Amino acid sequence: MTTREFRELFPILMRKVYGKSLVYFDNAATSQRPRSVVDKWVRISQESNANIYRAVHKLSAEATDAYEQAREAARAFINAGSREEIIFTSGCTAAINTVAYSFGQAFVKAGDTVIVGEGEHHSNLVPWQLLCERTGASLQILPIDDKGHWDLSVLKGLLAEGKYGADAEGASQRVKLVAVTHISNVLGLVNPVEAVIRLCHAAGVPVLVDGAQGIVHERVDVQAMDCDFYAFSGHKVYAATGTGVLYGKKRWLEQMPPFLSGGEMVGTVTLSHADFAGLPHKFEAGTGNFAAIATFPEAFETALLAREPEIATSYEAVCSYLEDALRARGDVRLYGDTGNPAGQAVLTGEASPAAYRRAGVFSFTIDGVHHEDAAQVLDKMGIAVRSGLMCAEPVIRHFGVSGMLRASLAPYNTMEEAESFIKCLDKAINLLR
Amino acid sequence: MTIAQKQEELVEAFSEFDEWLDKYEYLIEMGKALPSFPEEKKTDERLIKGCQSRVWLDAQTVDGKVVFSADSDAIITRGIIAMLIDVYSNRTPEEILQADDRFIDQIGLRENLSPTRQNGLLSMMQTIRQLAETAARTQA
Repeated sequence: MTTREFRELFPILMRKVYGKSLVYFDNAATSQRPRSVVDKWVRISQESNANIYRAVHKLSAEATDAYEQAREAARAFINAGSREEIIFTSGCTAAINTVAYSFGQAFVKAGDTVIVGEGEHHSNLVPWQLLCERTGASLQILPIDDKGHWDLSVLKGLLAEGKYGADAEGASQRVKLVAVTHISNVLGLVNPVEAVIRLCHAAGVPVLVDGAQGIVHERVDVQAMDCDFYAFSGHKVYAATGTGVLYGKKRWLEQMPPFLSGGEMVGTVTLSHADFAGLPHKFEAGTGNFAAIATFPEAFETALLAREPEIATSYEAVCSYLEDALRARGDVRLYGDTGNPAGQAVLTGEASPAAYRRAGVFSFTIDGVHHEDAAQVLDKMGIAVRSGLMCAEPVIRHFGVSGMLRASLAPYNTMEEAESFIKCLDKAINLLR
Repeated sequence: MTIAQKQEELVEAFSEFDEWLDKYEYLIEMGKALPSFPEEKKTDERLIKGCQSRVWLDAQTVDGKVVFSADSDAIITRGIIAMLIDVYSNRTPEEILQADDRFIDQIGLRENLSPTRQNGLLSMMQTIRQLAETAARTQA
């Protein structure tokens, strides 16, 4: 399949805005949906709409089947060990909040430590801030350097500091969880999460990976990665909106209390007490967004199509053209640097650790041009980009700016679009100076 | 020229452009023509809340008239506040408070701004009215 053919799967990409061809470069916010996803979404609503799990009739059986097929599709997509480890949520934010609440309830108390990355989306920062406020635990930061790379020596230090006393198994650890992003929604760099997980596991500390962007650009294998939790949204990876997945290792999920409570997540209920259903239902109180979640098989099939060599190669060419063209402008500052990750060397004493890779996300500022002005003018040229703080204020502030422009691509974006973007950017800059 | 006449003039000027890019350009030119705003006046008190780009607005009463001056770190926003100053500055508080702002919609400006900037525009108009009210109270 060619990029052109892949692109044709997405009806919205044919539309015009202000009489101009749409160039959709805001994929990190949400991807567009292929016809197959939209059709499935509608079909479940039109033909099989009934509450899942609860009834014995035909429609309920169909809706429930579609829901469980989606669970299997999600399990296979990230290679989880079992369906019990796939919890459906309303999105990545809800998935992370589930862990912050339930894992926090079970394991985090005053005097403990939770570590988060400096480059996190607010969804993987604020839930941990609130957890620490609730419990009296302390929040520590895994900092990034000016290239956007993690300084793993700080993490090593924090894990060593967290060790205290000695119990039967060796030592106890004040650090209860490390939560980091797979790919920053601002910098677009593929972070060395495997290295973090190895370091943390050596210290007995579980790791949550925010996969909101990672799931889009990387082949995620949660067993190979060995993360304890992996959270992502459906809508960024071609599925319907209002959908998300929390992957958790069974050993953690089993020990965690429910987050929300209500229907379908219970075992036996009396007026004074309830015991809970098994996994994954324990974490799925209330009627799930089943028509939307049912689009997972089609969505993940689309994601796999995009990874086929012909499309992947052309996508890489588009991305590297865009990166080179942005770097070629003296007045553009592109954030996040792929080369020479010094902070990773502490890990295994690697002399030259592998360079970071960039995944289709380009955040930049233009000297003398406000990001919001540029986005506004580009919009009128038919180009959709993001501007501002991108729900990741600390990372924007790290680079000493009040906001950035972000062009985030998907495999359906073409070289013509990238060229048109660069040309329009030039025009916009001339207009705005 | 009354406020209403000024507004009408602006609506007409904008209507001469078909493309919104050209209308932005017209706004940008207005922003560029705005007199420079002293750095020391860029205080938090003068900052208009609700804008993603920063806008500072100052009002002085001179001979019973409210004289506005402003600046912004974004050039389209600077153009918008320059246009509002063009309409509402150097007027008595009563004139400002009696005038409406329908010309903004007639130009089509609101619908051609991002939602955050629409809020910003609303805040700018509110601040202009508040400053006029303050001026009216001080005079009375």
